[in-house]
Amino acid sequence: MLRLLSLVIFLATWWIAALLAGSTKLPAPAAVMRVVISEAASGALFLNIGVTLARVALAFTLAITIGIALGYLMGRVRLANRLGDPWLILLLNLPALVVIVLAYIWAGLTEVAAIAAIAINKVPATIVTVREGTRALDTSLDEMAQVFAIPRWRAFRHVVLPQLAPYIAAAARSGLSLVWKIVLVAELLGRPNGVGFEIGVAFQLFDTPRLLAYALSFAAVVLVIETVLVQPFEARLTRWRLRAA
Amino acid sequence: MRLDVDIKSKAFESASGKRHQVLSDVSLSLSAGEVAVFVGPSGCGKSTLLRILAGLDHDFEGTVSRPQQARLGMVFQEPRLLPWRSVDDNVRLAAPLADEVTLSNLFNILELTAHRSHFPGELSLGLARRVALARAFAVDPDFLILDEPLASLDRALAARLRDQIATLVANRSAMTLLVTHELDDAIRLGDRLFFLSPRPARILHVVPIITPRAARNDMEVDRIRADLALLHLAAD
Repeated sequence: MLRLLSLVIFLATWWIAALLAGSTKLPAPAAVMRVVISEAASGALFLNIGVTLARVALAFTLAITIGIALGYLMGRVRLANRLGDPWLILLLNLPALVVIVLAYIWAGLTEVAAIAAIAINKVPATIVTVREGTRALDTSLDEMAQVFAIPRWRAFRHVVLPQLAPYIAAAARSGLSLVWKIVLVAELLGRPNGVGFEIGVAFQLFDTPRLLAYALSFAAVVLVIETVLVQPFEARLTRWRLRAA
Repeated sequence: MRLDVDIKSKAFESASGKRHQVLSDVSLSLSAGEVAVFVGPSGCGKSTLLRILAGLDHDFEGTVSRPQQARLGMVFQEPRLLPWRSVDDNVRLAAPLADEVTLSNLFNILELTAHRSHFPGELSLGLARRVALARAFAVDPDFLILDEPLASLDRALAARLRDQIATLVANRSAMTLLVTHELDDAIRLGDRLFFLSPRPARILHVVPIITPRAARNDMEVDRIRADLALLHLAAD
């Protein structure tokens, strides 16, 4: 109910701002809605959002997998941490734009370059978070696993992973919001489709209704995915905490 | 199945770089079906000794030989359960080979049947201790290590749990090592008592208890306790 109210207030503010600013700078909600409907009718909206979502899914999965593996390694093995740390600091502070441009120069304007560039932007933050989680692992439970000769993989799944889960969830949550942002830049610079590409076209034509139509549709999809997929997943991970008295 | 221990020395280096000797000259051997009890003042190095025997600490002078294929079951001083797994899953994870009959029998003896689906966070310390015991026994150990399994429980509960341990030990041919600072527990459960000195710990006396475990009633325990008092060992 409160969410609905906040949405209504948002639309009302937009409407008033549009009246004041004029339709070229800020078109009214109805004008944007018309573009959304026509783009949806032609199928272009779904195609572009679909392509962008696929890139997000691929880059996100890749980044989180590599980030967890390297973060765990760097948390456990001192040597790996010593070797990896300078690179980590470099990558953490390298602007996303640099990575994307270099990826396109080195690997061409390809899908692989785009996804790799997005993933590389996301990996360092995941490593840092997971490394922190690995350092906080309970050694007394490790000893328990060792004493009972629980095989490595089973111990990782049942003893280590649940302890890392909140860290992985945090990395996934902040990572997803980073990927949502970077994917559009990567598309704008070097892809012939996707939401970022459409926004680039709209920018060149100064077509504000089109720009807003894509931006808001994309934001709506993000919102739905966050509430329907990410939040329930987080709740599931911490189920045992809630049941504790 | 046999355990041979000959530890010459074990030392820790403190943060300030000083060496603290924790163990000196501890040697003993233990055969299958025997229950050895270490009795000693707190902080004397009993837990360090157990960690070495459990294979968790290799940094010491001397030798410990235990059969490679021996299944180890251990109850730590704290229960060390996985808070994100149910009681049942905690036990099954450590003992994947245990069948349902064995497990339900074990849960029955330890009065845990009603708690199998609970999470450790929902259990009292006494219950969590029992789950840790169930886990150690579920692996059907050849070598069982119990590190103060009854500490910080109230008297009545400790006595009940001690009887449950006695029942479980009696049905097995495991080598059992128990650490306690309660002489009563030692007398009721042990076949041989090893009295340890304050830090650095060494073995002061070895006292065999000849009376069969089943025959150790209150009177018998008092008698053994009086005998030990003559050796000036009963005082803690």
